[in-house]
This record gives sequence, C-alpha cells and structure tokens, in this order.
Amino acid sequence: MRTDTIAAIATAFSESGIGIIRISGDDAFRIADRIFFSKKDIVRWNKEKEKTGIKKAAFQKMFFIENAKTFTLHYGYIIDGETVIDEVLISVMRAPKSYTAENVVEINCHGGILILQKIMELVIRNGARTAEPGEFTKRAFLNGRMDLSEAEAVMDLIQSKNEFALRASVDQLKGSVSSVIKELRSRIIYEIAFIESALDDPENYDTNGYGEKLYVILDQLDRKIKELISHADDGRILKEGIQTVIIGKPNAGKSSFLNELLGEEKAIVTDIAGTTRDVLEENIRLGGLSLHIIDTAGIRKTDDTIEKIGVEKARKYALEADLIIYIVDSSVDFDESDEDILEILKDKHFIVLLNKSDLNMAVTEQEIKERLCDFSDYEVIKISALQHQGMEDFEEAVKRMFFKGEITFNNEVVITSMRHKEALMEAEESISMVKQSIKAGMSEDFYSVDLMDAYAALGRIIGEELGDDLVNEIFEKFCMGK
Amino acid sequence: MPEFREKADVCIIGAGHAGCEAALACARIGLQTVIFTVNIESIAMMPCNPHIGGSSKGHLVREIDALGGEMGKNIDKTFLQSKMLNKSKGPAVHSLRCQADKAEYSRSMRMILENQDNLTIKQTEVCELLLEDMEDMDTVSENSSADGKKCHNGQNKKIAGVKILTGGIYECKAVILCTGTYLNARCLCGEAITYTGPNGMQSSTHLSDALKKAGIVLRRFKTGTPARMDRRSIDFSKMEEQFGDERVIPFSYETDPEDVQIRQESCYLTYTNETTHDIIRANLDRSPIYAGVIEGTGPRYCPSIEDKVVKFSDKTRHQVFVEPEGRYSNEMYVDGMSSSLPEDVQLAMYRTVPGLENCKIVRNAYAIEYDCIDPGQLHLTLECKHIKGLFSAGQFNGSSGYEEAAAQGLMAGINAALEIQGREQIVLDRSQAYIGVLIDDLVTKENTEPYRMMTSRAEYRLLLRQDNADLRLRKIGYEVGLITREQYEHVCEKKKQIEKEIERLKKTVVGASGDVQEFMVSMGSSPLRTGTSLAEIICRPEFTYESVAAIDKERPHLSEAVIEQVNISIKYEGYIERQIRQVEQFKKMEKRLIPEGIQYEDISGIRIEARQKLAKHRPVSIGQASRISGVSPADISVLMVYIEQKR
Repeated sequence: MRTDTIAAIATAFSESGIGIIRISGDDAFRIADRIFFSKKDIVRWNKEKEKTGIKKAAFQKMFFIENAKTFTLHYGYIIDGETVIDEVLISVMRAPKSYTAENVVEINCHGGILILQKIMELVIRNGARTAEPGEFTKRAFLNGRMDLSEAEAVMDLIQSKNEFALRASVDQLKGSVSSVIKELRSRIIYEIAFIESALDDPENYDTNGYGEKLYVILDQLDRKIKELISHADDGRILKEGIQTVIIGKPNAGKSSFLNELLGEEKAIVTDIAGTTRDVLEENIRLGGLSLHIIDTAGIRKTDDTIEKIGVEKARKYALEADLIIYIVDSSVDFDESDEDILEILKDKHFIVLLNKSDLNMAVTEQEIKERLCDFSDYEVIKISALQHQGMEDFEEAVKRMFFKGEITFNNEVVITSMRHKEALMEAEESISMVKQSIKAGMSEDFYSVDLMDAYAALGRIIGEELGDDLVNEIFEKFCMGK
Repeated sequence: MPEFREKADVCIIGAGHAGCEAALACARIGLQTVIFTVNIESIAMMPCNPHIGGSSKGHLVREIDALGGEMGKNIDKTFLQSKMLNKSKGPAVHSLRCQADKAEYSRSMRMILENQDNLTIKQTEVCELLLEDMEDMDTVSENSSADGKKCHNGQNKKIAGVKILTGGIYECKAVILCTGTYLNARCLCGEAITYTGPNGMQSSTHLSDALKKAGIVLRRFKTGTPARMDRRSIDFSKMEEQFGDERVIPFSYETDPEDVQIRQESCYLTYTNETTHDIIRANLDRSPIYAGVIEGTGPRYCPSIEDKVVKFSDKTRHQVFVEPEGRYSNEMYVDGMSSSLPEDVQLAMYRTVPGLENCKIVRNAYAIEYDCIDPGQLHLTLECKHIKGLFSAGQFNGSSGYEEAAAQGLMAGINAALEIQGREQIVLDRSQAYIGVLIDDLVTKENTEPYRMMTSRAEYRLLLRQDNADLRLRKIGYEVGLITREQYEHVCEKKKQIEKEIERLKKTVVGASGDVQEFMVSMGSSPLRTGTSLAEIICRPEFTYESVAAIDKERPHLSEAVIEQVNISIKYEGYIERQIRQVEQFKKMEKRLIPEGIQYEDISGIRIEARQKLAKHRPVSIGQASRISGVSPADISVLMVYIEQKR
C-alpha cells in the first residue's frame, strides 16, 4: 500500500470542546514539525522577532516532534507563515505502537470548525493528503494492528464510507459548480486529444504556434480554477452549512422573512435557482454560522395537483433538515394546516417565528407553547419581518441551539469541501506546470502528461474516473488520416 | 491405414507477423518448432498498408529488436523510404517509420524462416486442437501457490497436439495461435462478398469451431484496406512529393547505419474534395457498413473514407498518400481511402482526387471480417487461462497492425518456450516497454475494436523511448536466450559510458571567465553568474550536449548513441525523475500479488459489478486489478483487506 502520509479530522465538528487532527505515515513527524512550535520556541522566537524581526523560516527551533519520545504530549502553537493559528497539544505515537502502526501525530486543538479546517489545510499544504474514507482503519488492519476477525467489519466500513463520500461529493456539489468543472474538463481533454492526435498523425495535424495558443487557454482555465478555489473558502462550492428549511402556511411571511434575513445581513453568498422550480435556496452567514436556507411552498390542504407537489416537496425537505424555521402568521388563527406542520416538526429541531407580531395577535406565544407541549427542542420568537423587528433574537436563538449542540451539521460536508479544494489545487498546480513547460520551450508531448493530471484531479470532484476518455476524445474529435 | 503422426515441441498456427516472431523465438531458444500456414506465399505478408513503424509502432519494432526479434532487421533490409516522425517534438515521441517493399519483406522473412535451425514450415490448414485433461490438477495448484510459483489454477486442460486437414497429427506441448484475419474471414466490396482471407487468400474455416469446442469465446472484428492502383495511370505532377530522411537511421541495433543509406522511393500527397465526398454520400446505402451487412466492429483510428466523410462532415478535404508497394511493382497504395463501397463507386470516387483522374485500380478496396478472441481469456503471458500450453498472439487477440502482432508473437513464443523448459515466464510491465502496455491493455481492459498502439496509452512514455529500447530490454533478451553475450555486453558497456559521462558533466564546473561568458552570449543565452556545471548549462534551452563542446575541454570521444542518451538524460532530467517516482508507486502495486485461487464471489464487501469484472479477468496483482474498468479504489481497498485476512 501507499506509505504516503494521510491526515483527517478525527473528531466530529462542533463549536465547542476539542477537535483532533490525526496524521499518519512516514512523514507525520516532519509535517508536524513544519507547522508546530513548542511553547518555549514561541517565546524565544517572539523575543528574537522583537530584536531582529526574524521570520519563522529563518528561526532555529529547539524542539522537534521528530526527536520526541513516543507516547508524549507537547504543548505549543500551530503556525501558518507568521501567524499563530491555535494553541494546541500534540501527541506523538511512534511506529509500530500506534493505531495504524505507522508514525502518528494527533493535534488536539480547539474544536471550532474554522480552526480545524485551517489546520487541516495547513497539514495538507505541508505534505500530507486527505485520507480516503476508512483509510486509517484500513492501514491499521493491513499493518496487523487489528484482529483478523475484524476484516469483515473493516471491509464493510471502507465500502460504506466510500459510497457515502462519493454520494456526498456529488450531491453536495452545487449544480452550477458541477457544470463549470465539466466545462473545464472538456476543454482540457480536447487539448490533450489534439496534442496526441498530432503526435500520432504528425503529417495531418500541425502544431506550429500551438504552445502560445495553449498558453492563452491555460490562463483562462487557471483563472476559473483559482476562482473555484476561492469559492471553496467562502462556501460557494458546496451546499454547505446548517440545512435550514422554512415552512409555514401560505402568506405566513416566509419570503419576506427570508428577504429580511438576506437584506439585513447583506451576506448573500449565492442564490441558486432551485433544483425544483418551487423551492428557493440561499446560503447565508449568520453570526459566524453558515446556513443553507431552503424556502418552501406554503403548506395547506389543497386539491390543486401542482400545489400538492410543492407541499410534498416542502415536507421532504423538512424531514432532511438540520433546523426548521416554522413561521406562524400570528394574526390568523391556528387551523388544520398548522396541525399538519406540527406532524412534520416531530423529532426535529425548530424555531417558531411568530410573524406579524406588530399586528393584532390572534395566536399568542402562550397558545403556541401549549400546542407544542409534546416538543422540547424549540424556541419561540416574536418577529415582524416588515418592521425589521426580532431578527437579533432569531440570530441569538440559532446560535444558542447550535452551541448547546442541539443542532449540528453534517461532517461530511466539511471533509468534502477540503477534498474538493485539494483536488482544485492539484489541478491548478498541474496547469502551472504546463505553463512552465511552454515557457521553457518544451515540445507539445510534455504538456499532455500534466494536462492529464489536471483532468484527473477535476474528475475526482464530480466523481468521474478516467477510463478511455482520451482515446474516445481523440477518435471523436480528430480524424486520423494515415 | 497408416496414420501420419509427427512430434514437435511447439506448433505455430499462422505465419504472419506474429507467427514469424513466435516461431523464430521458439526455434532460437532451442525448441523443435513447426509453423503452419495455409499458403507459403503468405509468410510475413503485408496485406494492408506498406509501412513498418510509425508513431508508437516504431517503438514496438525497436523493442522487438532489443529482445532479439526479427522485424527490425528485416525492414532494414527491405525498406523503400524511411522517416523519423516527430523530430521537432520531445525524444519520447520520435518514431521511425519505413515504407516497405512488401514482396521483398515477405521473401526475406521467408528465407530467414526457411534457414532457421529447429524450424519446419508446413503448408496446411490446422483444423483441430488436441487437448488432454490435466493430471493431479489439485495438488499442482495447491502446492505451487504455497511457494509462490505460477500455478495453473483454472487450467483444467492442456495441449497435446494439433490435427491438420488431411487427418495428420502433430503432437506438441504448446500451440501458439496466430491466425490473424483468416478465421472465418469474409471480404466485402460493396454487394460482392467473398469468403476469403486477406488478399484473396484461402480463409481458415475449421479452427473456429474447434476453438469454441475447447471453450474459447470468439467475437468478430472488422478492418479494411484501400485500393491499389497502376502507377502508370497516376499523374504525380498534381501531388506533393514526399521524400525520406536524408540520413536514415536503422531500426535494428544490429544494422550498420551505412547499410541503410540507400536510394529511396518517394510517396505522394494529394487530397479528397467535396466532389469525392458527394459521391460517397450519394452511395452510402451501397456500403455494407452503412447498409448493416457488416456486423464486426471496425477500428476508429483507421476509419474508412465513408466513415471520415460521415463523421467529420465539416472537413472539406482529407489527406491521401499515394505510396509504392515495391521496387519491382507498379502497384501504388492509396493511403487514407480504405473503403467497402462497390467497385463502380470506388472508381468514381478515386477519380475525383487530383492526380487520380485516370487511375486504373489493380486491386479493389475491401473490408474484411474475421473471428478473434476476447483477450480477457488470456494471462499476461498470452497463455490461455484455462488451457495450459495454448498461447495466442496478433490480430487473433484483437489487436491491429503488423508491429502489434509481431510484438505479441515474440512474447507468446518466448513464454511458450520458457514454459516447456520449465523456466519462469516473462511479463513486461507498463513501465518497462510499450509491449507491456500493449499486452496489459489487451488482457486487462475492455476493447471493443481492434486495438492499436498509441503513445498516449503509455503513461510512462518519457522512459519508454525508441532510443533506449536496448538499455531497457537487452538484458531480458539475453536471459531468455535470444541475444548473444557479446550483444548484451555491448549494451552494458554503453550504459557504463552514459553514466560516467553524465557524472562528469555534473561535476565539471566552468567558471564565469571572459571566454565562457562570450560563448554564452554568442549562443543567445545569458552570462553565468557564478561557476556552473556543464550539466546545468546543457539544461538551458539554448544548449545541447554537442553545442557546449567549445567550453568542455576534457570531453572524451563517445559514440553517437551514447551522446544521444547523455543529452536526453540531462536535458529532460526533471521530467524523467518525476516519471521514475511515478513508476516506483506503480511498481509497489504491481508487486502486491493476488493469490490465484481467490474466490471473488465470496468477497461480499466488493460491489457486485466489480466482483464480476475481477472474476472474469482474474488479475495477477493489485495494480492490474485497479486498471480493470468498473473496479473502484474502494473495491481495491476491500480486496487488500480480504487478501490480508486470508494470508
């Protein structure tokens, strides 16, 4: 098996407690040393910095994980460039006495998603790669750290984790991103096919001046990929965040609430015309949290077929949601439709928003609470979307629920997002290698190897294997003569 | 009635390019070999294009030569024109291509066969394989898997001999099927269908049934060839004359370069036009392919002119190369216009091409359909998975091209011989040779059309260059017994000189003195900032090994071949090192072997589709398994865990 070094976030994401990043493989210690400063080293570095302004790269550390004894714990800081990212404890386990029987480092840091993500990226930048789903366990098994009787379980775990990751990767990808990547790939494979056709049938295809032409194309591709990478950071690539569904009766004020939310925050990340015509999806940041909000059709008893479909969709989304925002028009009495909604809310985390609280209230907070006597994980907040009242309370309520751990979101999204970013960066790197080759005056046959790597890396994002893509493209697009 | 009965070690069925190499390899290794052909005149016949080599195919010829095969030597003796293709590109894609004198090529190869010790040529049709049950099958497979040696799991029969049409029997230990396009062949020229092999040769009609009876699954492929024309009816003044290289480089490492500086023949380039295309479009209903008469799958890389016109309808013209078939023949090959249209349409279409207005067709273009196997039934040694001693090579394995056939023939011959001698068989991997890529692709991947070599199929092509085939493969040829000690030592010496010279260039530092700086500037480069090694200077785009001679005072006298290797190694060092690292990763997976008796049905953790694919291909290694389409990385992980558990 590969003895390269892998890393993964080993704990669940939440905004509280401790998070652990696990690194395993030959280079685990060296990678940790590149990003970790012991407390003493930090103090020394800071002193020297004051005197001489010395940069991190030039500073001589005293402590190295590489030299640390096995089963020891070290206190210090994770540094990215000149910046301290987090205060951490690092545990060191030397091969073969570790979970994977390889060199293992565990970085115990603060559990915030942002911090875990930053450190993880730093680890990757310094030479590890994101572990495949189930890979730690697989290594543990292959290296003889597990009982043979556990093989069945290990195999099941690998397959199910992989299937889940693959689904997550494709499902969570926004439709628009997926089509951008497909477009990039089709342009890359076309160029490779041209080069290869020209090599195969040189009397038919002329490559004079092709390098310069390709360079311009690569510049465009490069820009697109860079854009995607920056989007990976601000969450524009995945349907990321707490899956939040707004439900309520028609005219309860769902849309104006959403507009209020978007308008006030001015933090619209994107708006996607929903996969379905009757559902609107938005990504917003709310007090440091990321919400993926889905606005659904109003729920009511209806005989109208189309409306029925919309109602069914709303129900479906609500069932999959991490958080439901139930908007009640407090100026209108409770009816059958509200009863239906209460059905949906069963076993879900939700916030009840009493909208139009500036008007005469037909339904009071007290009344609502009585109706919800069977429920526990909820809050009731009075708002007036039109009068811009109650939005802060809403934000606080969401945060409260999140930090209490009542609502979480899917770990897989963050992991997927990191994998995608890694793949994009790989593609970018390969493209820049081609550009270097062109600049260095190398001939066309040198380009296609790196172009192929870029093509493969992008393919991983949308879950596509290589197969016979190139050969098919050559025969489809280029007429072979002789 | 007395029975005709002979004995041999190996029987080779078919004397095309695969059969010739297979027969020569077996005989030269020292086995009693019989080669069967339906017609002596068809030995090493070139029924389609008149080239040997070309992009990536030239690599194959060099590799065949390095291993001790005959193709390179034979074309060096019989070529009409030679060109190194892609000379302006990187060294990995330089490819040698020769126009062959077809009759001479065939005659010369026949002479080699006729004079080869241990080899008998027999003109007859083989119609049956004689098989016998494997003795003590179970013990064989169990014992040998324990000590890691190749076992014959799944092989429940073995070769005992072949039966020929007259009823005679040849007893033997191995059979190599090199039937090319002869099995149940039928040729189509418009509405006219003949049940013949290529070039009107008698087809082979009995063997297909015998193979099916032996449990071998056959399928049908097709290919085609253009018309041959009378040279006197062509107006060459309307075409562009195409010359060979001024200085010809031979294919074979054994050929004296001076011997190939001959008077070369020219080829001619002309183009089709819209009138040509109109005629084709108007008559598509008479094409057996478009009318649905042909059932076989044709190659996309060598499309008929009908296909080109239909698929690339935006192209207003297609290239046509008019090439000589031989020095003593007036026939000209019309390259780029293969067709299965009827005779009258062919003539009308060809006559729209500038220079061919008054052409007279000697042989019509035709398409040919034939039986071949799905090579998934073969081991990487080219031995049949369930019949010990049965090997196959060439177009019968679903490839196309003389070079691809010869390469497989050579490997099948070598492995049949090694098996009979009880020696370890040889599998070249994808990082060692194009031959390795070719056979791995054939055996491991699903091919739905005749397979042709391409440089893009070789992922490590920077290492698999035509210029270093000897350095890569001579040792193997020597160990097998096809390369002499002297030849092998010659390569060892060459290797030593290359390494020594590279070392010297890396160590020799030139200072930034006045005359050096002057030289740098005069070569269009920037002056040195500090003392720099000669290797670093050669690395700059403005320089080559040769061009830094002026500032390299202690340069030893070296052969051109050594200089070429030194230059490539230094100039492309970064790229080459990257590929070497990739190869290391690749080798790790190739070395993880899968136990032969593995029961894929039992591994529930692997997805069903992948289980079926694995069970069909029965890969040797984890690396090979990972190349089977439909097997995911997760399936591979599960497979590895399973193997570990069972160990």
